[in-house]
Amino acid sequence: MGRITWLRLLSPLLLLILWEAVARLLGSRMLPPASAVFQALGREILAGTLPRDLAITLGRVAAAFALSMVLGSALGLAMGRWRAVDQFFESWLTILLNVPAVVLIVLLYIWFGLNEPAAIASVALNKLPATAVTIREGRRAIDRDLSDMAESFRMTRWRTLRHVVLPQLSPYLFAAARNGLSLIWKIVLVVELLGRSSGVGFRIQVYFQLFDVTSLLAYTLAFILVMQGFEWSVMQPLERRANRWRR
Amino acid sequence: MLSVRIRTKRFAQRDVLGPLDFTLGAGEILAIVGPSGCGKSTLLRIVGGLDPDFDGRLTWSDGKTPRIGTVFQTPRLLPWRTVRQNLDLVTPGRDGGDALLRRLDLWPVRDAFAATLSVGMARRLAIARAFAIEPELVLLDEPFVSLDEAMAVQARQVLLDAWRYRPLSALLVTHDLVEAAALADRILLLSGSPARPIRTLVVPPERRRAGGDIAAGLAAEIRQALGDHFREGA
Repeated sequence: MGRITWLRLLSPLLLLILWEAVARLLGSRMLPPASAVFQALGREILAGTLPRDLAITLGRVAAAFALSMVLGSALGLAMGRWRAVDQFFESWLTILLNVPAVVLIVLLYIWFGLNEPAAIASVALNKLPATAVTIREGRRAIDRDLSDMAESFRMTRWRTLRHVVLPQLSPYLFAAARNGLSLIWKIVLVVELLGRSSGVGFRIQVYFQLFDVTSLLAYTLAFILVMQGFEWSVMQPLERRANRWRR
Repeated sequence: MLSVRIRTKRFAQRDVLGPLDFTLGAGEILAIVGPSGCGKSTLLRIVGGLDPDFDGRLTWSDGKTPRIGTVFQTPRLLPWRTVRQNLDLVTPGRDGGDALLRRLDLWPVRDAFAATLSVGMARRLAIARAFAIEPELVLLDEPFVSLDEAMAVQARQVLLDAWRYRPLSALLVTHDLVEAAALADRILLLSGSPARPIRTLVVPPERRRAGGDIAAGLAAEIRQALGDHFREGA
């Protein structure tokens, strides 16, 4: 607390002031001042369009996030546990990791049509390999001595998973979740921009065509705020809880 | 209760154990003494069912594996769980844990995370855990090292109390002949590479679990009788 907290508050404030000053100085339509963007933000919220778009996008983010975390973790655990599984899926992961996100999105839209499942699947597929790789590392780092202990005391599978394995995996799960969210946010917008007629990405495209930089920035700002809010209200408390035992 | 017959146990093409052949009676405390690194821990892993990859067989007298409580060479606690949770997680539906925590001076820290325990406390908790499951057999791998003498006495007493209270067999691995003489009914001396039994000694009934001086005297006699054949490793 104290100085560090102040610095944290001060730095975004300074950025806002700088933005306002530069924008006023230039007086260009291409860079509206911060105050105008906040006004637009308020207007869009009151009109109900921004909350609706944001909710739709958030729903897609949540679905793609859950899908990629569950499947990616399961795959990563299996790959970390069994060498054969690891060797089998290694090349699949390499391919998935190296296909550009946009190619994957376009391909799924072509194959499965411009619909919701294709949109969510393409986002999840983009994130899945990174999750699997992270969790695989976590599984490999599991302490054998503790697993032996659990086995010798005949702890049930579920108890072992919950009390022995998951606490050791939690740093890896948090890392995967963090990276995952920031990546998924970005890809969901591209997916919406390319093939959906709702959500923040769709709205961005509309404002792009209208050259409405003010509204574009208002949406972006709303996005950043929601994202940071999630980090503060969900991720950080969860992580603090998981790390309580560390001295 | 158990007969152990191991022809060989190898790690990476190297024989580490065997041939080895011994029995453990019901209610018997058998000490296995040998220099460090001679394969004693491997032997305990085999008996505990953690290492099925050996040439030989374990035969349990009543046909099924008994409930086994193990004190490993390192405490192997769950650092992210409290002292009490570390006991409760291995003993669903039993509540003898409180008494053990009190006996081993862990009661005041029962709600602390195991990560915060000192080395000695962690060891005591590992001992409490092995006895909390009301084992029929305990496997003890150097359980009393790094405890100060007063605590070691207390911890040995936990073993003896449990043994008096209920039929309990124990395999005690140690490099300390005095400790073996103080606790065991029989002492199996291992030596060599791969480790083989070089002598089995029966502690005379009237001198069993007699504590301090008698055990030290017994250990001295054994050492003398063995001469150069046996040297304790640290």
